Amino acid sequence: MNDAQTIAAIATAYGESGIGIVRMSGPEALDIFLGLFRLPDGKALEREEAEPRRMHYGFIRDPETGETLDEVLCVYMKAPRSYTAEDLVEIQCHGSLVSLRNILAACFRLGAGPAMPGEFTKRAFLNGRIDLAQAEAVIDLIQARSDKSFDVALGQAAGTLSLRVGQLRDGLKELLILLTVNMDYPDEDIEEITYGQIEKCLMQINDECLKLLEFSQEGRRIREGFSVTIVGKPNVGKSSLLNFFLRENRAIVTEIPGTTRDTIEEQVSLNGIPVKLTDTAGIRESEDVVERLGIQRSKEAFNKADLLLFLVDSSQPLSTEDRELCSLLEDRRCIVLLNKSDLSGVLTEQEMQALLPKATVLSTSLTEGIGLDRLEETITEWITGGKVRRREDVLVTNVRHIELIRRTREEIEEALAMTRRQEAIDFIEVNARAAFELLGEITGQTAGDEILKEIFSRFCLGK
Amino acid sequence: MKIKNMGQFDIVVIGAGHAGCEAALASARMGKKTLILSINLEAVAFLFCNPSIGGTGKGHLVREIDALGGQMGLAIDKTFIQSKMLNTAKGPAVHSLRAQADKVAYHQEMKRVLEDQENLYLKQGEVVDIDFDEQKRVRGVRLKTGVYYGARAVIIATGTFLKGMIFIGDAAYPSGPNGLSPSDALSDSLQASGLRLRRFKTGTPARALSKSLDYSKMIPQYGDPVIVPFSFMNEELQADQVPCYLSYTNEETHRVIRENSHLSALFGGQITGVGPRYCPSIEDKVRRFADKERHQLFVEPESLTTDEMYLQGLSSSLPEDVQQAFYKTIPGLENLEIVRPAYAIEYDCIDPLDIQINLEHRQFENLFCAGQFNGSSGYEEAAAQGLIAGINAVRKLEGKEAFVIDRSEGYIGVLIDDLVTKGTNEPYRIMTSRAEYRLVLRQDNADTRLTEKGYALGLVTGERYARYQKIKEEVETELARLSAVEVSPSSINDFLCAHESTALNNRSTLAELLKRPEMDYALLAEIDPDRPALSRHAVDKIQVQIKYAGYIAKQLAQIHRFKKLEDRKLEPELDYLSMEGIRLEARQKLAQFKPLSVGQASRISGVSPADINVLLVYLEKQKRGSHGKA
Repeated sequence: MNDAQTIAAIATAYGESGIGIVRMSGPEALDIFLGLFRLPDGKALEREEAEPRRMHYGFIRDPETGETLDEVLCVYMKAPRSYTAEDLVEIQCHGSLVSLRNILAACFRLGAGPAMPGEFTKRAFLNGRIDLAQAEAVIDLIQARSDKSFDVALGQAAGTLSLRVGQLRDGLKELLILLTVNMDYPDEDIEEITYGQIEKCLMQINDECLKLLEFSQEGRRIREGFSVTIVGKPNVGKSSLLNFFLRENRAIVTEIPGTTRDTIEEQVSLNGIPVKLTDTAGIRESEDVVERLGIQRSKEAFNKADLLLFLVDSSQPLSTEDRELCSLLEDRRCIVLLNKSDLSGVLTEQEMQALLPKATVLSTSLTEGIGLDRLEETITEWITGGKVRRREDVLVTNVRHIELIRRTREEIEEALAMTRRQEAIDFIEVNARAAFELLGEITGQTAGDEILKEIFSRFCLGK
Repeated sequence: MKIKNMGQFDIVVIGAGHAGCEAALASARMGKKTLILSINLEAVAFLFCNPSIGGTGKGHLVREIDALGGQMGLAIDKTFIQSKMLNTAKGPAVHSLRAQADKVAYHQEMKRVLEDQENLYLKQGEVVDIDFDEQKRVRGVRLKTGVYYGARAVIIATGTFLKGMIFIGDAAYPSGPNGLSPSDALSDSLQASGLRLRRFKTGTPARALSKSLDYSKMIPQYGDPVIVPFSFMNEELQADQVPCYLSYTNEETHRVIRENSHLSALFGGQITGVGPRYCPSIEDKVRRFADKERHQLFVEPESLTTDEMYLQGLSSSLPEDVQQAFYKTIPGLENLEIVRPAYAIEYDCIDPLDIQINLEHRQFENLFCAGQFNGSSGYEEAAAQGLIAGINAVRKLEGKEAFVIDRSEGYIGVLIDDLVTKGTNEPYRIMTSRAEYRLVLRQDNADTRLTEKGYALGLVTGERYARYQKIKEEVETELARLSAVEVSPSSINDFLCAHESTALNNRSTLAELLKRPEMDYALLAEIDPDRPALSRHAVDKIQVQIKYAGYIAKQLAQIHRFKKLEDRKLEPELDYLSMEGIRLEARQKLAQFKPLSVGQASRISGVSPADINVLLVYLEKQKRGSHGKA
């Protein structure tokens, strides 16, 4: 059987490898790949040069912004000589979630659709690549993965997402009810819906979609990872803090090595949110060239950070260096860690708070593991809640969800444009309904009879 | 009683309502010796409720019936007394034609067509029993008089006659619609044969004498000045149209109804059947929409040969004296004289999940079902099913595969797929919002979608086919011409300016100009003197195809995806229950439904996308099992 749709998905498990693979299968796999891929000299790979079963080295480029997403090695396998027996492209990139997601999202933009659970294997089987004896295993796989994605959908972050998407969908349902009743009951004594009403409703939904997308694919932070930088004078526990994150979060996927005096950058996943964690060398003038290079990088990391973790030794009075850092941190988003709280404290939370009134001050002991849960919570809150954005905002991390919301938004925007041109409402209804169904794919609801049900309970219709 | 065998037919149709008529005509026209039976020949194609045909979605059905070679469109074009295109302020996909019918003339016209049809025998008679052989295959029908007719296939189209029970206040008595005798024995014998039945209800308002009404207190409703025919066979129609009238209920009406609502059979508990939500009685409306200050009432003529008027919007099962009292509170109805009271009627029908997509019953071979018997509502819905049941009964007898219109090909497809795949818990009515490929399923292109199919079936006459091809050719030639002919800014800007359209800077084709919302084909005649004379149907098509090309293309792409799953056929013998990877609920549903295609399977409630994927794996496994490894 020949599926028309080209599908794409991340083929490697999260956090288990330094290298990740995005796999695409279907008739348009090669075209989409050629649209994304650039050779080291910046040129596109010509179709004739895309030799099958050969590694192609280059970069994946965002099809919209032109921005380079990652350095990659790619293989093209021509149908039927591939796993799925369809045209298949595998893009090997850095294993970080951010990188994988961005590349996958880029594939979607150029027309690939998200793969259903077990779909590559299913295609492989249907196209005769997998032995009959393995059919049972294929079936188990499809069901198991579906169950798993169902669990994930019910998971904490996604649970909130369902709620939000559900609200969005309810808003659209209201609109659809009005459009439908106007369409199907022209003779009834019902108020005609106005373009103003439609536009208002669509704009609200559009705004909501935008908000949901803001911190996902569209947002710089997620694209590059939310950037957290650790600062503090030497020997205060910066390395221990980094190690804590590495130990606690096994989703470390890349390491950009440097000298000990350079910055150390790690990708970690904090409660499902990709975070780029940078440990800086001390920020002070130095004669040492290597160290100075490190300092330069430290400053950059310092300036670019979305959130700073400032480590202070609470068993000692503040040093000049600490005070200098304080003055640099005044206007920044910052969490102060009064470390070594297991030792007799000299510095109190109140004193520190007085110096940095906008910061959150926490007492920790990295050696004893005190206050670290609180730290993680606070960082997550900074990213997802309170300080950075409102608490009810939801972080959409699932690529399939992002894609569905993005497509919802496309439909809504089209409906909006039609509304503004005052086109017939039954055209607007087509896009509104498509959006409604896309959102239903996130929450797992299918349209069915629910709109008609509402219409009949709400309006007095009929002969 | 002695059984008298009076003859052998290929197909016997039980009931001569809108479903029965189309079924019988289709069967006879496709060459089968056909008998159509009605309890009373005065009931042939009678409009027992509202005196109109068409409306949103319904108008589309009539056009499709016509395009396939059915009769309804031709009959209404001959007997309408007012015509209106609804929804013209909206997009072309929801433009819907509706005509007021002269009930008497419509009945006479259709009866005459039945009488004149070759291969078709119309007889008065009540079927009391369908005769099945040991394999539950249809063998014949037995009438109340003891007469037996042999039949290779039977189509049930009994409307509201089966165990019909009329309710007016506390009066409840067995009756068919409009006081005709009900069909009780058939219901009992069907149940005895093991056929599951259930009960639905519907209702109709009172009829009043026109001379007792004061139209000066109502708002007249006129037909369109230019009449658009239902049938693609008709180009121009002329008629002296008669108006309808609009009035409103008021607080006093509602008070009378509220004070007496305990007397309504509806709330008294006598009625157990499920009624349609979109067709509530006035007591239901007053109760459920208590804050609504008024409800519409349309007064519509029943026929030019009678003074009776239909009171649309006010169906009721209140006692006759209460009906009289509340009708009289309405402006213009103060002196009303009711000649037929409003009533609710309950009847036996089947759960449409018990029939297949070809409208054949799942348990009884060669037993086809159509219309209200299938749980639908409406003349047009009935006629559409009748036509398809007739076609499929013939094809079954000829050993040919089922004729199926899918959801992307017609409202008929949406209607039947909804009924047999999703089922219904109330009398089902078609709506434009039920059609997901609405932009392609327009009333202007019903012939483009279906006439070739009708021709291949042997239903569409040579004359109709020639006309269809002529229109098709006209459209194609004219579309090409409009895309080729260019106009210059200097020659056209005055014209554009006069019609408040933006002036041109460069040359433009006529097609480009036609795309502008403020332009239409007729308007452009002024600057397009060389245009050919075209039929109305061609102009409609051209206009829509140019103006909405983008939307139509998008929908065609969706249809392409839809078709892939529809084309993936499923063998009825598949053993779904043994497919362990599919969830139990889905396995049972699939085994019960025996869907014809993967697409249909995916629409069954309780079957998830993952189940469908597993099903595909099983299909492949089976294929390789039987043919060796690929």
